[in-house]
Amino acid sequence: MTTNKLSVTIERGSDAQEVFEVPAYDNQTVLDVVSWVQQNADPTLSYRFACRVGMCGSCAMMVNGVPRWTCRTHISKVLKGNAVTIGPLRNLPVIKDLAVDMDPFFDKWVGAEGVHHGALTRDDPIAPVDEDSAPRVEANAGIECINCSVCYAACDTVAGNADYLGPAALQRAWTLLNDAKDEGRLAILDAVSGAGGCHNCHSMGSCTLYCPNELDPMSAIAGLKRETARNFFKRGR
Amino acid sequence: MLSLRLYMLQRISALLMAPLVLGHLGVMIYAIQGGLSAAEILGRTQGSVLWFAFYGLFVVAVSVHGAIGLRTVIHEWGGLKGPVLEAVMWAIGLALFALGARAVWAVTFAAGLGA
Repeated sequence: MTTNKLSVTIERGSDAQEVFEVPAYDNQTVLDVVSWVQQNADPTLSYRFACRVGMCGSCAMMVNGVPRWTCRTHISKVLKGNAVTIGPLRNLPVIKDLAVDMDPFFDKWVGAEGVHHGALTRDDPIAPVDEDSAPRVEANAGIECINCSVCYAACDTVAGNADYLGPAALQRAWTLLNDAKDEGRLAILDAVSGAGGCHNCHSMGSCTLYCPNELDPMSAIAGLKRETARNFFKRGR
Repeated sequence: MLSLRLYMLQRISALLMAPLVLGHLGVMIYAIQGGLSAAEILGRTQGSVLWFAFYGLFVVAVSVHGAIGLRTVIHEWGGLKGPVLEAVMWAIGLALFALGARAVWAVTFAAGLGA
């Protein structure tokens, strides 16, 4: 433990910033810093977290201008001198302080057909899944998404195009398209081919760069582009 | 904003343009050997169905490709959407086509230039 102080700037509202002095510790995450402010300096500070171990996807915030999962980001990794700026996630409406409304993010998840399309009943035998098949490998690459919206906040295409479904939702569509147990192929291809679909992606790669789970939504979206193009020649639309 | 149809149109026009650009650059390098004159160019292009088809197709591909690309830029950077955005895309496409087609016609089959 040290006696050093951190200078923590927290963005509250569109142009309001507040600077807090927070004691520095050897082991301290960005979320610890925010929690210290809420518990010791200003109990009215609103923010969101749950699991604190990188599983629930609720604590993402902008840290020095880039999206991060704050519970798994050590403060020493992001400090500039002894200062850090923390703000609400980009590309989502702010409810208050550091808490954003995640509804658009989850609505698009459903809009990209990110739901299970089953064809079997409980009476059917369980369909076998070949872990080594190429589609399963593709699906496995994307299923560890925790819906933290870091990729959505990082995406410049989302920033410029409010209808764009975004990296997380499209990656989920890609995993389902490659899932042997999902029967929604045409529904998924149609959902990702609309005005807000995968074809809006400019392959800038911020999603893949900032994903805290080191997933690769950009390649998943490229896969969707390939599949929809193939289907376009097959079906003529 | 970019649907599958526009996406495919833009990719297919890009595929068309790739060899056309190479052909265009190749001819430019070939044509300037030993100086460049209007007479030399017109001597090659006037009355030529091949050059009319080459640059005619080029103009069509550019009009389609450019209009769809600018539509995206105008939407994402300019915030235009809906029927206004569609109208701007068509206006850009038709303007590019008119400019290009006029030039292609002028160097191939237009009368009265006299090479």
